[in-house]
Amino acid sequence: METGTLRVKRGMAEMQKGGVIMDVMNAEQAKIAEAAGATAVMALERVPSDIRAAGGVARMADPTIVEEVMKVVSIPVMAKARIGHYVEAKVLESLGVDYIDESEVLTPADEVFHIDKTEFTIPFVCGAKDLGEALRRIQEGAAMLRTKGEPGTGNIVEAVRHLRLINGQIRKVQNLSKDELYHEAKTLGVAYELLLGVHETGKLPVVNFAAGGVATPSDAALMMHLGADGVFVGSGIFKSDSPEKFARAIVEATTHYQDYKLIAEVSKNLGTPMKGIEISKLHATERMQDRGL
Amino acid sequence: MKIGILALQGAVAEHMRSIEAAGGQAVAVKTVDQLFDLDGLIIPGGESTTIGKLMRKYGFIEAIQQFAAQGKPLFGTCAGLIALAERIAGGEEAHLKLMDITVARNAFGRQRESFETDLEVDGIEERVRAVFIRAPLITEVGLSVKVLSTYNREIVTARQGNLLACSYHPELTDDFRLHAYFLQMAREAAVGI
Repeated sequence: METGTLRVKRGMAEMQKGGVIMDVMNAEQAKIAEAAGATAVMALERVPSDIRAAGGVARMADPTIVEEVMKVVSIPVMAKARIGHYVEAKVLESLGVDYIDESEVLTPADEVFHIDKTEFTIPFVCGAKDLGEALRRIQEGAAMLRTKGEPGTGNIVEAVRHLRLINGQIRKVQNLSKDELYHEAKTLGVAYELLLGVHETGKLPVVNFAAGGVATPSDAALMMHLGADGVFVGSGIFKSDSPEKFARAIVEATTHYQDYKLIAEVSKNLGTPMKGIEISKLHATERMQDRGL
Repeated sequence: MKIGILALQGAVAEHMRSIEAAGGQAVAVKTVDQLFDLDGLIIPGGESTTIGKLMRKYGFIEAIQQFAAQGKPLFGTCAGLIALAERIAGGEEAHLKLMDITVARNAFGRQRESFETDLEVDGIEERVRAVFIRAPLITEVGLSVKVLSTYNREIVTARQGNLLACSYHPELTDDFRLHAYFLQMAREAAVGI
């Protein structure tokens, strides 16, 4: 009997496919998310748009919130640790969360090194905006990926950019010759063996979700259409007018992302989605996606 | 044999790959009208609460119950096992209520306690690599249910006529024998054995 194997960690993410993982800030929201059909919840102290508004240093949530959420739902519970913050991750592991997000949404604790995720029993999900970042995170032990997008903006453009870029880079790698692969591994800053795997299979060895800016059912369906395995929704749900309706609609649009009539139906009378931010209005220091390369 | 994989949420692609590797034809099933020409249906691993809700929403509960009543085989893995069960421990409402079993969800604990191991399965010659992820257990079985394997004396694989279910994920390994076993069930059902 073996726990924490690569297959057990990556397999857990496979079971989330086609699903929606929702940010929640308390037990009540967690119950709403579960009732709406979320496949997992991310327990947080503040959603990304509030983190943006508050400024200052964003850290791991108070363990009370994480435990409170774990108590009330039967679906998996994830929680965020700062990039490079080994101890926050160990604390979350000790609480028994099901997945740790080493996340650029929080203020990085280390500007160079990520956590060595291979030595944990709990699997990790990490953000990536290109193939180099994606494979470096896998090399460090991430068992699931998500696009970085631009969290807390309610603007899908960055998530689209990142998913398109990663998928385009995968297609390019598939067509490289062996000698070109050595060079490409060096250019991307990744291990040759990992790149060879992408070359041979035409895909990443782990599940890749969309995240960072999903605000509407159509946004979720767009990311599925572009090849995401599932969707994280952060501020989009509990910053909208009617979270319950919104959550259910996003779940349905993700499952039936090619059924446009259904998406039209679930999008009716949802009220106002979160306001959203134009990306060019963000100052360079406000761009979360540039953290943890 | 044409086998459908219920594609509302979960590890659909892995089951499709395994069915094809075992010599069957696999299709992803998103609507009830896709059920009519299938020889068998797999309910995959995923989140059982999500899959249960979406099955209800899109009319799959009755449609799959009718599918089973025609004698066509069903195979549930992990969340799929929960979907098939008549009873869920703890009072949660059961979904398809087809198999005379009681299941306990997350019976081994949280993700930290997820594991893989080798398992003897009745009807399959050598041991099967079984991946248990936040897995359920079968805590009670009716008289018509045959136990095919146990882990630490707990039931993890069972069959009741045309219904097959396991706690773990055969679709996550390159061992396709359980899928081949299910294809054989579909063949036998098709010729009316």
